[in-house]
Amino acid sequence: MLQTRAIKSLIIALPVVTLMACSSGPSEEELAAERNRAAQEAAQQQEQQKAAEQARVKAEAAKKLEVAQQMAKSEREALESKQVVYFDFDRSTVKSDFNAILDQHAAFLAKNPNQKVVIEGHCDSRGTPEYNIALGERRAKSVETYLLNAGVSSSQITVVSYGEEKPAVMGSSEYAFAQNRRGVIVYQ
Amino acid sequence: MSLSLNGLSLITKAFICVIVSLMSSMTAHAKLEIIITEGVNSAKPIAVVPFKYSGQGSLPENLTEIVANDLRRSGKFNPIALNEMPQFPSADSEVDYKAWQDKGIDTVLVGNIVELGNDQFQINFELVDVLRAQVTGGAAKQLQDGQLILSKDHIVEAREKIIRDQDFRQYGHIISDIVYEKLTGERGAFLTRIAYVIVRDRETSRLPFQLVIADYDGANEISVLSSDEPLMSPSWSPDGNKLAYVSFENKRSQIYIQDIYTTRRTRITDFPGINSAPAFSPDGKSLAMVLSKDGNPELYIMNLESRKLRRITRNRAIDTEPSWAADGKSLTFTSDRGGKPQIYRVNLETGSTRRITFDGEMNLGGTITPDNSQLVVVNRTDGNYHIARQDLTSGDMMVLTKTYLDESPSIAPNGSMIIYSTLHEGKQVLSLVSLDGRFKALLPVSDGQVKSPSWSPFLL
Repeated sequence: MLQTRAIKSLIIALPVVTLMACSSGPSEEELAAERNRAAQEAAQQQEQQKAAEQARVKAEAAKKLEVAQQMAKSEREALESKQVVYFDFDRSTVKSDFNAILDQHAAFLAKNPNQKVVIEGHCDSRGTPEYNIALGERRAKSVETYLLNAGVSSSQITVVSYGEEKPAVMGSSEYAFAQNRRGVIVYQ
Repeated sequence: MSLSLNGLSLITKAFICVIVSLMSSMTAHAKLEIIITEGVNSAKPIAVVPFKYSGQGSLPENLTEIVANDLRRSGKFNPIALNEMPQFPSADSEVDYKAWQDKGIDTVLVGNIVELGNDQFQINFELVDVLRAQVTGGAAKQLQDGQLILSKDHIVEAREKIIRDQDFRQYGHIISDIVYEKLTGERGAFLTRIAYVIVRDRETSRLPFQLVIADYDGANEISVLSSDEPLMSPSWSPDGNKLAYVSFENKRSQIYIQDIYTTRRTRITDFPGINSAPAFSPDGKSLAMVLSKDGNPELYIMNLESRKLRRITRNRAIDTEPSWAADGKSLTFTSDRGGKPQIYRVNLETGSTRRITFDGEMNLGGTITPDNSQLVVVNRTDGNYHIARQDLTSGDMMVLTKTYLDESPSIAPNGSMIIYSTLHEGKQVLSLVSLDGRFKALLPVSDGQVKSPSWSPFLL
């Protein structure tokens, strides 16, 4: 802004200076050149104002995006705090208790199509490790199917079964078993 | 592997190479130590008399202790304590038959170790049938070429062998194999190994998952592979040189085959979905496996040379845990096509499939014994998971164990014993049970959970 004001005063001052220096008055050519110069400077000034305005709009948009990203991030963080759904013994159907949570994940993923997730399937330690790998995959796929039906693109989802190999809780109590029979949505 | 006795050191040498190349992934761990929990009373008493040693240096291993432990762990013999022995003979000629018979001992193993220098030792031993010797007075005569000659038929077996100091353990197992086979008529499985997975605490171990092999008795434990992601389902090649297993090192299941001597490993599968449960065919040319690339877990057989896959099952249910019959003509597998997991058997020539287990809520992890007469499974009854055996002719099922959360049964190559994983005092440990269920033993380790045991084929 300061710069613009300085240019303005120069434009006013210049004709005065020339008038004083040349008592016989400027020629037509000199006046025309002077008008051209003034017009050019005015154009330049306009250009600069436009650029400044553009920068301001851009900054505002960036700020808006940042806010949106911040919101998505906090939304994602909120979702990541409820990323686990639990299953009944030897079952792989998603229990209706978890519909609300999965709907939230689905809505977020549909809104953010670049967001990728891995769905992990896990089992408790009962049965054989090889059978549990198969059961864990079935569980992870149940969660995947739910999200696909809720409008998430298949390109956003990868499924992996860890069977009984990565328990969340060690031990062989009913509590540990229940905590370990799970599907986990992991944001990438 | 066609190794002669002299070739034994080949094993040792190759193993030293493995140790050196894997030094970085090795961690110190307690040796497996077998604790017998049941079945000593039903075992036959035998005397393994300490072999007489003639030499200057100290012996590298206690040969007779190795033999006595082997025979005790077979569940079929009960070697008597040293302080119960009436005498310490080193040859048949020194044995006081009556003294042993009075102690109720029918069979006595005696022998000599002579130091020859240059790390070489001469071993000779005699297995003496005291009962027979009492009858013949140790001098049975036999008609041969029209003449009566001294047959000494009370000496069941006599051998002589020169070994090097590093071969003591192996030779001990060989003596055990000879004694076992002579007295039971069944081939011994003391010169075998087991592969298993140790899972340590992620907090304290950088690479918590470790694939390990050890002699069947837990000696000579060697790390094959350490990883920060799960390792599963080790399976031996029939020549005992390679292991197939599942690794999650790339954050998904993939099947690998690794040469245990050269440590060279090859990735065999990387299909979408699960890549699981590899099992070498008896001829070693194919690998049965479970892949879910076509939608859900199905059995496939891969030709290891062409890498071509042949799909075996086609079913919306879970099909897994393929296990080969000894003749390679059929596979048993676990399927929940009937609602709950049960064992089925598929004929690989005709494709015909039938369910073979009906007792209990679930049956998983089936393996058929080498003589094709029994099926060993994990049976779930009243919510308890135990190792059980089903007679394939009568269909009768017998629960063999009383331990908790049993899984991953693997049968010794002579069909005498089953090793499996179980929960003991809150820890996963390996356990042994004889096929008749009478003998039981625990193999506890101090650091980490031990799982997925796999018994090797005969190595000699």
